Amino acid sequence: MHTETTISTRPASRSWRVVDIVTASVIGVASGLIFVVWNQAYNPLSGLLTPLLPGLQALLGGGWLFAGVLGGLVIRKPGAALYTELLAAVVSTLVGGTAWGATILVSGAVQGLGAELVFALFLYGNYRLYVALLAGAGAGLALAVNDLLLWYPGSAAPFIAIYTISAVVSGIVVAGLLSWLAMRGLARTGALSRFAAGRAVRASD
Amino acid sequence: MSLLTIPVGTRAIFRVNPVAKLAAALVLAGVLMLTIDWVSALVALGCEFVLFFWAGLSARMFLLRTLPVWLAAPMAGLTTLLYGQAAGQVYWTFGLIHVTEGSSELAVATTLRILAIGLPSVVLFVTVDPTDLADGLAQVVRLPSRFVLGGLAGLRLVGLFIEDWRALELARRARGIGDGGAIRRLGSQAFALLVLSIRRGSKLATAMEARGFGAPITRTWARESSFGGREYALVGIGLFVALLAVSVSVATGSWNFVLG
Amino acid sequence: MTAANSATPRSASVDARGWGWRHAGRTDWAVARLDLRIDPGERVLLLGASGAGKSTLLHALAGVLGGDDEGEQHGRLLVNGAEPAAARGQAGLLLQDPDSQVILARVGDDVAFGCENLGVPREEIWRRVHEGLEMVGLDVPLDHPTSALSGGQKQRLALAGVLAMRPGLLLLDEPTANLDPDGVTEVRDAVARVLEHSAATFIVIEHRVAVWQDLVNRVIVLDQAGGVLADGRPEDVLENQGERLSTAGVWVPGRGHGLPARRSVAPDAAHGILLRAEGLSIARTKNLEVARDLNLTVLAGSALAVTGPNGAGKSTLALTLAGLLKPSGGRLQASAGFADGAPAAPIAWTSRQLLSRVGTVFQDPEHQFVAGTVRAELGVGPRALGRSGAAVDGRVDVLLQRLRLDHLAGANPFTLSGGEKRRLSVGTVLATQPRLLVLDEPTFGQDFRTWREVVGLLIELIDDGTGVLAVSHDSEFVAAVADREYRLLGTVAGQPAVPR
Repeated sequence: MHTETTISTRPASRSWRVVDIVTASVIGVASGLIFVVWNQAYNPLSGLLTPLLPGLQALLGGGWLFAGVLGGLVIRKPGAALYTELLAAVVSTLVGGTAWGATILVSGAVQGLGAELVFALFLYGNYRLYVALLAGAGAGLALAVNDLLLWYPGSAAPFIAIYTISAVVSGIVVAGLLSWLAMRGLARTGALSRFAAGRAVRASD
Repeated sequence: MSLLTIPVGTRAIFRVNPVAKLAAALVLAGVLMLTIDWVSALVALGCEFVLFFWAGLSARMFLLRTLPVWLAAPMAGLTTLLYGQAAGQVYWTFGLIHVTEGSSELAVATTLRILAIGLPSVVLFVTVDPTDLADGLAQVVRLPSRFVLGGLAGLRLVGLFIEDWRALELARRARGIGDGGAIRRLGSQAFALLVLSIRRGSKLATAMEARGFGAPITRTWARESSFGGREYALVGIGLFVALLAVSVSVATGSWNFVLG
Repeated sequence: MTAANSATPRSASVDARGWGWRHAGRTDWAVARLDLRIDPGERVLLLGASGAGKSTLLHALAGVLGGDDEGEQHGRLLVNGAEPAAARGQAGLLLQDPDSQVILARVGDDVAFGCENLGVPREEIWRRVHEGLEMVGLDVPLDHPTSALSGGQKQRLALAGVLAMRPGLLLLDEPTANLDPDGVTEVRDAVARVLEHSAATFIVIEHRVAVWQDLVNRVIVLDQAGGVLADGRPEDVLENQGERLSTAGVWVPGRGHGLPARRSVAPDAAHGILLRAEGLSIARTKNLEVARDLNLTVLAGSALAVTGPNGAGKSTLALTLAGLLKPSGGRLQASAGFADGAPAAPIAWTSRQLLSRVGTVFQDPEHQFVAGTVRAELGVGPRALGRSGAAVDGRVDVLLQRLRLDHLAGANPFTLSGGEKRRLSVGTVLATQPRLLVLDEPTFGQDFRTWREVVGLLIELIDDGTGVLAVSHDSEFVAAVADREYRLLGTVAGQPAVPR
């Protein structure tokens, strides 16, 4: 951009500013709405995948996992991925009318935690592409664990394996890669100018 | 879309602190998650159906709100029937499908278990007002108020985001890119929604800070959120149903630990 | 903290000494070398070109610019002799966008929010809530949902919330720019009432000078290059700087827009019909009918203004006529010449068929941006029509020049200023040369300069034969552009379109 330069972006503090909290919240809320749209697409799509190979429907799971990874990548504070994913889950049940009630808190928290742990592993200091992909994988794994315990607890080993691998792949591609691209795109629109994420991307352009 | 419409009423359940509703649902879910057997699920379901009469919902509303659970439970049961752990007599096999005595039993248990966990969780949530829940989470559970209130303020923007989403959809048709390519268009719309929402979020954050939000001052609360007898009673009922279900299950030898 | 709790607010002074602020990641200073003194109780209108740093200054005074990682400061800026960020609650800030200022779901809670944050005791909070609502004349129950308020009511609600904090410095950042004329009057009158009862120092930013002129006793004009351009009594500053302010986008009272009048006045209705609606019913979403039994025609080479109160269904009508929303009843048909081989009902047209027939400019330009650069954005339509690369480039170059966006060709559309976004959104529609333009509040929130450009462009297009249908609250816009006016009454049926 014409008015931008590479001014060094100093490492941001770990504590949350008001704008961090509110932005994480709106990302969660907007993602929750996108979940609702995805819910409507899920049934016909999973109806196509499941007969191909049972467990393959977990490939669609990434559509519910991107919120946490995106929140983590944008806010870059401890707890961001967990908070965003949890809020997105709550909003999707409040808005969709397909209320899952309190159980959604559990699945949202578990999935958010999957991404959160990866960001924590890198000490909240590394937000490169491979970290985003790993966070997506973490969320995918968490999704598989949660679903297999709640929905399909009596499943046989092949189903468990296919389901888990599909969920992780979906997590890497949809939650990891797409969130990372979305974060870069958001930075280019200037929407993240108050965040280290936004300044880092625009400085590198 | 049911845009956060919360039924209002005068029955006791409407006055119960939402934190208690949440706790009751989570206690029930947490305990029933531990086992897959039809006995515990059926006992819990039986108790719940009696309790639903006091849930503050009309029969129509009950069916409407819980419909997804009624649909999803047998679907999950069917998956378990086809791909569940094989045991006992084999009825039918085809590729990865093994319908067996064991998988049929698991399928019934899975279906009942999802109903037993899902129904109360939905029913208790229907009468929760987000503002009251936030009050409870911050004052009773003592979660950090900045996060609770930030989330609540963000939640209020849902209505605007839904309007944005509709406008984005119409605008894509107007721009000549509305024919076909549904997934691509979904991506483009989702991205635009995120941009708009973060913009709104930044403005909202400024408005909140301008009203002293986040200042290093001990916050006061204009309304008190209290947790008393009614609340303990509801959580107690949840705990009682859970323990009863477990006891009957263990006593009849049906207990089947989920990880075992 | 005690300042917020004291019963009567003291009016605050403002001191800027060589003050400047640069947002993190920028090379240019938003505000530079500012020296300014505002005494307690003064009432100030703050003017300046877009980009002169007016909002930055107000945000700084309210203490909400953010910390060290969000920008760099030089010099000093003091409110009552102290750093603004250290004295929350001393300054109260009202912002532009009504929707982003409502914080909570119930009216009472929203007013109480600021007091809670400042640690005001519970009984005192409710006393102040009642007082604040009364002061701004908002007579609704405390548990009334904030989402059900109109724009003007939302702004008054936010003002009540600010007043409940008992600020000594009242800051208003374009508080009426996003409101319809009724809302503007509501908010202005509420502020006037507040100022009668309060000794608070008052600073307002607004490019429609006439709204606030009578309530202020000082006008300060910020210089884009830094510092203060003019400062003094309103009459003097507006007289001396009128020309300059007008070019910078400020609406200076008593200055006409200086645009040529429309050429054609009475188009030949028989030949020029594009759309005809008979007994039309319109609905925003399924089952949510907003008006019925509407009869009107849309003509080529002529402009039809759709007017009426809030909620009467103006936007819904425009979007229905534009082939974007399905009519809920009645008939809407394009003339054979306009349909040009496509079905008669616009809603049955494909997205591609719409492109060369109807161009829709949405109220919020951001809703229609789909590309990563201004250049790509303008090329989306022609490309969807399957035009060749060279033809697309040629068309885009013409538009870039005409809309003065050529220096921004590589910029991301979302990073543009409000006026630039408006011009781009009009440009994206013109790119495919549709025969009918549908515009929803095209001048909403625009400064004088963009207003003139948009109006000038539309007049040219209409005179060249394009049909225009515009929803507008802006009476000056309607006077300058429209041939006929169709007034929706908000009570089911509309009025027949009358020539103006």
